[in-house]
Amino acid sequence: MTAENRQAFREGIRDGVPIALGYFVVSFTLGILARYVGLTPFQGFLASFLNNASAGEYVGFALMALKAPYFEIAAMVFIANARYILMSAVMSQKFSPDTPFYHRIFVGFDVTDEIFGITIAREGWLNPFYNYGAMLVALPGWSVGTALGIIAGNILPAAAVSALSVALYGMFIAIIIPPARKDKVVSVAVVVSFVLSFVAGEFFSEISAGTRTIFLTLVIAGAAAVLYPVEKK
Amino acid sequence: MTHEEIYVYIAIMSAVTLAVKILPLTLIRTEIKNVTLRSFLYYVPYVTLAVMTFPAIVYATQSEISGALALVAGIAAAWFGASLFRVAVICCVVVFLSELILI
Repeated sequence: MTAENRQAFREGIRDGVPIALGYFVVSFTLGILARYVGLTPFQGFLASFLNNASAGEYVGFALMALKAPYFEIAAMVFIANARYILMSAVMSQKFSPDTPFYHRIFVGFDVTDEIFGITIAREGWLNPFYNYGAMLVALPGWSVGTALGIIAGNILPAAAVSALSVALYGMFIAIIIPPARKDKVVSVAVVVSFVLSFVAGEFFSEISAGTRTIFLTLVIAGAAAVLYPVEKK
Repeated sequence: MTHEEIYVYIAIMSAVTLAVKILPLTLIRTEIKNVTLRSFLYYVPYVTLAVMTFPAIVYATQSEISGALALVAGIAAAWFGASLFRVAVICCVVVFLSELILI
């Protein structure tokens, strides 16, 4: 590993730690559901290691419990995870033409809301070793958390769960606010997103949160792109 | 449910999830030149993360007030340049302390 990659790897671990902590709490509760469905700790670990997706796994486990047809589970997991198509497309543009192809596969393996967030918050080309550092802590946080949730059930005190449940949102805030402060269009887009997300939640609560996110992203980012195109630097 | 059935389900879930995550990254290998599409991808992260943050943060906690306080504290901290980790910790601490009084 070059010195630059090693440095990126270390920074990835550093930024991955709060993600791992937040993941641990969320996946622990996911494990409680998986236990109810009848998964062993290893099966929960495996599902979480390969998917690393909260909504997608919730949907998957819930449909397993109903013994849903295979097509149905595939379709629902696709819908729950469809926002990653956009995130993966954004990340494709952060890759330098010089970065070997296989890095795209390994980086793609762990596209999550949080890892996407910290990846796009960095300036310049994406360094895959930064993602690997973050994955090194985030993936075990998620998959081991699921397994422990299956083993232990509900043992974390409610006050701790409540406090830790905002860790991931805190990270999102830390990612969107500094660019919003610099770029007026981004700040307006953020405020509009907050407002419309609230309105959509109030009036279209029967539509899943994942689908609402995709729809609002297409509309708001689409409108911003048409009204305020970004000139190439 | 047998263990075979569970493994088939896990295999299907994982195949779908990984395809969704990996295919765009591997298929879009050249720079997108279209200005509107580029601009769209530029705005996507901020819009997506904002949509996912609010109002979800308010409903994530035991009390909606503590979630709202965490949101305000997080925005203020990030505005004044606090790091990713620090903003996350500040949000957690605000929830924990405010719920000592609220709950």
